[in-house]
Order: sequence, then C-alpha cells, then structure tokens
Amino acid sequence: MNTEAILSFEEAMEKYDPVLGFEVHVELNTKTKMFSSAPNVFGDEPNTNVNEVDLGMPGVLPVVNKTAVESSIKIGLALNCKIAESCRFARKNYFYPDTPKNFQTSQYDEPIAYDGYLDVELSDGTVFRVEIERAHMEEDAGKLTHMGGATGRIHGADFSLVDYNRAGVPLVEIVTKPIEGAGSRAPELAKAYVAAVREIVKNLGVSDARMERGNVRCDANVSLRPHGRERFGIRSETKNVNSLRAVEHAVRYEIQRHAAVLDAGNPVVQETRHWHEDTRTTTSGRPKSDADDYRYFPEPDLVPVVASREWVEELRATLPEPPAARRKRLQADWGYSDLEFRDVVNAGVMDEIEETIAAGASASVARKWWMGEIVGRAKNADVDPGQLGVQPATIVELARMVEEGRINNKMATEVLDGVLAGEGTPADIVEKRGLAVVSDDGPLLEAIDAALAAQPGVADKIRGGKVQAVGAIVGGVMKATRGQADAGRVKELILEKLGVTA
Amino acid sequence: MTDSHELIRLSAAQLAEKLAAGEVTSVEATQAYLDRIAEVDGGERGVNAFLHVNAEEALAVAAEVDAIRAAGGSEAESLHVLAGVPIAVKDLIVTVGQPTTAGSKILEGWHSPYDATVVERLRAAKMPILGKTNLDEFAMGSSTEHSAYGPTRNPWDLDRIPGGSGGGSAAAVAAFEAPLALGTDTGGSIRQPGAVTGTVGVKPTYGSVSRYGAIAMASSLDQIGPVTRTVLDSALLHQVIGGHDPRDSTSLPDLLADLVAAAKTGNVEGMRIGIIKELHGEGYQAGVENRFHDSLELLKEAGAEIVEVSCPNFQYALGAYYLIMPSEASSNLAKFDGVRYGLRVLPEDGPMTIERVMGATRAAGFGDEVKRRIILGTYALSAGYYDAYYGSAQKVRTLVQRDFDAAFTVADVLISPTAPTTAFKLGEKLDDPLAMYLNDVATIPANLAGVPGLSLPGGLADEDGLPVGIQLLAPAREDARLYRVGAVLESLLEAKWGGPLLAQAPELAGSPALETQEAN
Repeated sequence: MNTEAILSFEEAMEKYDPVLGFEVHVELNTKTKMFSSAPNVFGDEPNTNVNEVDLGMPGVLPVVNKTAVESSIKIGLALNCKIAESCRFARKNYFYPDTPKNFQTSQYDEPIAYDGYLDVELSDGTVFRVEIERAHMEEDAGKLTHMGGATGRIHGADFSLVDYNRAGVPLVEIVTKPIEGAGSRAPELAKAYVAAVREIVKNLGVSDARMERGNVRCDANVSLRPHGRERFGIRSETKNVNSLRAVEHAVRYEIQRHAAVLDAGNPVVQETRHWHEDTRTTTSGRPKSDADDYRYFPEPDLVPVVASREWVEELRATLPEPPAARRKRLQADWGYSDLEFRDVVNAGVMDEIEETIAAGASASVARKWWMGEIVGRAKNADVDPGQLGVQPATIVELARMVEEGRINNKMATEVLDGVLAGEGTPADIVEKRGLAVVSDDGPLLEAIDAALAAQPGVADKIRGGKVQAVGAIVGGVMKATRGQADAGRVKELILEKLGVTA
Repeated sequence: MTDSHELIRLSAAQLAEKLAAGEVTSVEATQAYLDRIAEVDGGERGVNAFLHVNAEEALAVAAEVDAIRAAGGSEAESLHVLAGVPIAVKDLIVTVGQPTTAGSKILEGWHSPYDATVVERLRAAKMPILGKTNLDEFAMGSSTEHSAYGPTRNPWDLDRIPGGSGGGSAAAVAAFEAPLALGTDTGGSIRQPGAVTGTVGVKPTYGSVSRYGAIAMASSLDQIGPVTRTVLDSALLHQVIGGHDPRDSTSLPDLLADLVAAAKTGNVEGMRIGIIKELHGEGYQAGVENRFHDSLELLKEAGAEIVEVSCPNFQYALGAYYLIMPSEASSNLAKFDGVRYGLRVLPEDGPMTIERVMGATRAAGFGDEVKRRIILGTYALSAGYYDAYYGSAQKVRTLVQRDFDAAFTVADVLISPTAPTTAFKLGEKLDDPLAMYLNDVATIPANLAGVPGLSLPGGLADEDGLPVGIQLLAPAREDARLYRVGAVLESLLEAKWGGPLLAQAPELAGSPALETQEAN
C-alpha cells in the first residue's frame, strides 16, 4: 500500500533540521457535554447519549458547560498560559455527517488560554521548553464507521454508520508554537511532549487521559529545512496519532519521508497524513491549504465566556502539584539516585511506588519489588506495569513476611506469581502451597551435616578462614530443603558448627 | 350563552373574564374558533392562515380547564388568567404532538421530539393550542408568499398579502380564527403583518423571551412575541412567555416589569415621544403618513410632548441587516441536510455520495428565497469578503445602537409608521426581492439594536381603505413603556372610530354572522 521512499534517519538528520508542531485534543471528563445536558460517557450503545441539542434538531440552542470552562482554565494555568478575561465561541462551517449542525462550535480567534509553555524532560534528563500558542475549547464530532470498501475510509465505502454519542463531548485543543532546535531528538521530544500533556491533564483530573480511548489525540506537524535556513519548509500534518509510541514513530517516519522527497528535488505536499500502526508508515490524506474556508463567525447563540480574575486565582489555588515538581520532591523523599529515579520514571511505576510506600513499604523495598519483579513481568505480558493489578498492600505483606523470616525472597516471588494468577492473598498462597521457611534447626542441622560430608574439601577451606566458600554449603542445604530454609540462618548454623566467625 | 359570532370577537382579556366568571366554557370558545377556522381558512379563497389544526388536543386542554373550574377549590383559583384561552402558534416554533414545517418542504411531516420553551409555558398556563400558522419559508419574507404551502390571504382583502413572515398568525387573529397567536420577529415579521392586518404585534427586547425551540433564521435578531387584537392582550401573552430560560444563553436573567399593569395604567402625560426623522415622509404612502400624523395629534392632546429625533445611521440598517441575517441563516440552515430528519432526496443519477445526497436534498427542499439568502450569507462570510461584508455590517449595527442610545436621551419612546405601505397585492413584489425587502425598512433597526417594538392599528389609509400600523419603540428592557403608551393610543383611536378597527373589516365568505349557536 505504501511505497514511498524514505531516507535513513541518520542521513535525514545530516542534511535537514526538523521543525515540529502539535495539536493535542484532550477530551474532558465532565459529566455532561460541552453544550448540552446529555451524558458524556464512553462506550455506551451508539446514539443513546444524545438529546435534541446533540442531534442538531431544529430550534435547539447551546449552553456552555461551566465545568468544561473550569477544566480549560486549569489546563491553561498548568501550561503556564494567560487566561482571557472574556472570550467567544465561533462557528466553523463545513458539511460532514459526523457534525450534526454542519458546523462545529469552537473557539477561533479568542482562545480561553494563550501564550504558555511546557518544560518537557527527555529520558536523559535534558529539559526542553515547548512554547504553547493557545489552548481553546471546542466540541467533538460524532464517530463515523465506514462499512464495506477496502480502506475503511469514507471513499469507497458502501455506507457509513454514525454514532453521535461523542458529538458534543468537550475538547480542549492545545496548539504549540513551531518547535525548533530539537534536531535528532525530535521523535523523542514528540513522545515526551505528548506524554507530559497527558500527565498534566491526568494530574489535574480533568480528563481520563486514556489515549487508547481517544481521550488524548495528537496531530503531529513536521517540516524540514536545510541546516542553517531560517524559513520553515512545507509541513505535513499526521492526524490522530493515538499512542505515545506512535507519536515518536510517526514523527521519525515523516522526517525520513520528507528528507527523501526533498532529496529527490521535489516539493513536500502540504497535506494531512494518515498513520498506520501496522506498517509504521503514513499515507496521503486530503490536501490541506491555509486557505481552507470555514467561514468562521462569532457564535450568535452564545454570550462571551467571562473569566474574572478572582475566579482564575481561585482555580489556580486548587491546582495540584505540577508533575515535574512532584518528581523532584519524590526523588528527594525516597533517596533514589538520579539514575534509579529516572529508571523508575521511564518504567512508568512512579505512581505505583508512591502508593506502595504510602501503604507502608520502605522506599527501597518498593523499588526492589516494582523494578526488580513487576516491571519484568509486565514486559513479558506486554502491558503497562500498573495494568498487572498488583496492589500496594500485597507488596507490603510480602515484604513483611520476608522480613519476619516466614518466607524467603525466592518464595516471595513465587507467592507474587500466585497473587497475579488470582490464587488469593499472599497469606492464602503461603498456606495453600505449604511455603514456610524451615525454622526448626533440627532438620537444618541434619541437612548441614549431610552437605558438609558431601563436600569435605569446602568444609576444610571454611575452617581455614575462607568464609566466602560457605555459599557452596548453603547451596547444598537449600537444595536439600527445596528452598524452604532461611538461607541466612543456614549460613549462621554452618559457621557456628565449623567454629568460624563471619 | 354568548353566540359564537360574538364569542370569537372577544379580546383574550374579555374571554378570560367570561371564562373565570363561568359565563362561557373553554370548550365552547375553543370549538367556536375551530368552527371559524373550518369556515374561513380552507378552500380556494380561504385565508390559509393554518398549516395544521390541532382540534383534538385543543379541546382536551379546554375540557381540562373547564373541569378544574367546575370543581372549584385551590386548583381552580391557581389557574392562570389566560387558562382556557386558545392560541395559535407560528409554525416556526416546535411543538410535540403536531408537525412543525417552518413553511418548508424540507421539514414536511417532521414532528419535534421536544417543545419550545414558549410552548411549555403555554401548556403550563393551560392554553389550548389551536394549531400551527403559515409563514414565509423559514420566516424569510414579508408577504407569506414564500411559504411552500401556499400564501396566506389578508382578511381585509383576500387578494392582498397579510405581511410576513408571520402572515399566518396575523391573519388568524385578524380573521377571528384565534384570539391570540405567537409570532417571531427577525426584521419585522411580527410587526409588519400586524400593521397590514390591523392587529397588534410586539417584538420584545432581545433575550426577554426564550428562543429555545424557535427554528433559527438569524440567531442574533430572532425574537418570539405576541400577536393579538389589543395591546392588553399582547401584554398578557408577553407575560406568559417571557422570563429567563436556562436553555437559552442569550436569555436575560430577570423578568421584565409588570407589563399587564403597564397596559392597564397607560398614561402619556409628560412623556416625550420622539418622531424618527428618517422613518417617515419620503418613500411612505400618503395614507400611511396621514394616519401616522393622526396618532401624533392624539398623543399630543393626551399630554405627551412630541419631539423630533434623528437616527442618521438608520439609512444603512437595511443593508447591514441583509448581510447579518443571511450570514447567520446560511449557517443555521446548514443542519437541514437529509441525514438525521426531514426530507431526504437521492440524486437521480451518478454516484450516491453523502455530498450529493445533501445537495439533492437541499436543492429540492428549499425554496428560491431561502436559497437566495443562503448564497448571500455564504458569500458574505467567505474568506476575503468577511471584513467588507459581515464585518462592516456589524459596525453599522453598533452605529444603529448608538443612534438609539442618543435618541432615548431626548425621548422616552420613539414612534414611526410600522411599514411604508399598506398591504400590497399577492404576486405584486414576488419577483422583485429588493422591493420586498424595503417593507422592513422601519422595523429592522429595532432588531439590530435588540430594543422592543410594538405595532398597533393606526386606522385605514385614505387611498385604499387598508390598515396602517403605528410602531412604538422603547429602550431595551423597557417593554413596559410600549404597553403604557400603546394602550393610551389604542383607546384614543378606538374612541375616535367608535370601536376596534377590526370591526370595520369586511365579513369573510362563510362567516357565521347570521347564525346563532344553539344552547346545549
């Protein structure tokens, strides 16, 4: 389907300088829609969360959702934006069957928030400032499903189904200024920027922020220019890139594709592109020119949204700690090294570790369990660590059992697997599987005697002062007890028996 | 027992009194109106004021009111003053249980799933709804000739237009087919039909009556208002439908002053009444001008001070209106595309794409005047033209508002003829849109500025014996002033005529004037 030439990323970077721009749409999690009292709920039967306003019935009028305005102001503040004292909605006129009124009610030249920035931290700790041009309020369109045809798109489809449940869901569109200077880190920055926006809206509690449900959707603009040239190249806009990984891949692909087009001496076509997750490529969408005429004019059915300075300050006072500040605080509280903390952040288990510590675990135990055990299991299962369903209380319980010597670390990981398999609580599993450290010294001493007898040379070495050799005897004992002995206690008993002090 | 000839000629206030006193029942009154509709509305020479008659539901509501009254007690006492008084509703306003067409083929057969706020309020007051009245398609016109369902005829002369767009409501009231009606006024669609049919029509202050459920033509100009035979009746109806509505963001937060009290205690002594220099004289029919001066004389005699004001920017109002109105209309009417409701027309040949189905539906469903305004508005909003057209028109709008502000510093109420001419002949201006648009020259400024206006009968023009309308204008939210002055002028004029102007209207064919209703 896609045969477009691309250059290698390295070669593209040698020749060209990428300029990025993002439009991120955030669906707000208000109870009702942007302009109607119909419920804003994901996943219900099609066309059930609609009323006469959402369907654009004759005679209906919109009413602005105050909570949506509040959420938009919070997003604006979190993005260090100025908040307009008064701003209006406009009508964006175009005919399309997912838009019941055949116009979208959106802010146009009077966004509620403007002139902000977001400091984005890359994986190595580099901080990159992304300038925010505006964040404005609008309504989502309905969802079209094209039936028949090869492409799943409207052209060539036999017919299309439309679900207006999403029509009128409140959106905030966050638009960046052109992002220059990212160089070869552009794909990584793209991912980190969208991740940071997602983290902010989630942290504010204004959106469910689930990209797989389209709560956060990204349109990525890419253009290239030869190194040293100031004027921007012609951009493409890759629409609806809906996972963090895809954002990174799409930007990387578009850079490579533009480079090949430019290298061949051709102009880049200004157009929208469709992202294909399966092939990790884009294909041409519709031509997009700056002269698209939406005949915007101020929405006459709505009065201006007025955000008094008092209200804005009230909202500012309720904002949660910004994610970057929170990370700084948590690292200091937990005493992790920079590297340890970055690994935790990159593994996406910071929230989980915080909860585990809150539930009573020490910072080092929480890190050991999440980074040492759970992250690996999540990777094998190809899910996010948080999605495995490990409860902080489970880890606290496991850690306590180990500490009290009731089970050892090896057993504890076995118990964790049991918990993940749904066999019950750690205590249940310990009991069911008969997992208990052998703490009666009698059977241990027998096993030690047997081990020493089996490896007389090692016993002699230990007696001769090579205490580290004790490991081999401990191993023999553990093997004999099928792991149910407390290795620490075994070591003590061996040394005692041989009359050596550690 | 009042005979039905008399019964249907009572004002709404008089009928309400008789209902309250038990002299007549609501079922009798409602049936009398339904009979009148059956007699004069249909047929080749019928008035054609109604697109739909809602007899069953109207009689059921009437019977309910009668039952409550008969039972007495607190429920009877808490009945609204207009309970049991029937009303007709312009077919631009949506109603559950009756079709709503907006006078267009594109909505033929469509039933709204919800009631307009004003309709909810009529129902809450237990007013039987007689039916839906004819209009120019989507309220676009000044003669009701642009209705997809045939023109309405003027009861004063069946060969003449009843005004528009609300010709149906005005004609229904003038022909005694209803004591009250609702209209909508975007550029004069309540007042100009009132003027040419000898009835009273009020465009309230913008935002004082909810627009929720009125199919929008131009959102920033549209306003629902009363169509009646007397000033007091308008005040009574205005009070029913007015007040804040959380479903209309442009709805004013507070209730207006007591309008009924204003109509009942009318007084013009010491009031400054301003003649707008630009809204009479040249371009106005001589008979219209004469009746206008009669009214000024009467007001002066009653103690008012007549002053002259100038509103120089009114000369640009018509031009600005014909940019703003079609711009908003082009967007408001985009929803009629055959996808979700109403007419759907498939293209006769070629591929069956959504664009082509929308195109075929709109080509077949809209009439010429609607298409003309959609094209005008689409053009005016287009990139590169927006500033010159829509932008300039908005500036004119501000200037018109300033003219009103200045005028209201020297006058308490402004006065002008409502329309430059009396009713013209059916078909006379149908092919000349510009001549048609000029009918609204005196009414449009009030819509642009959002101020209230009232039209009441000012007598008959000497040259053609047809009704002339007098328009009163007040500052925003000062609707009460219109009723205060209007009631005085009405009583002075009626004293001069020896009764209501409509008593001079010719009897319509099939009129039950000589019949008497049998007692039951």
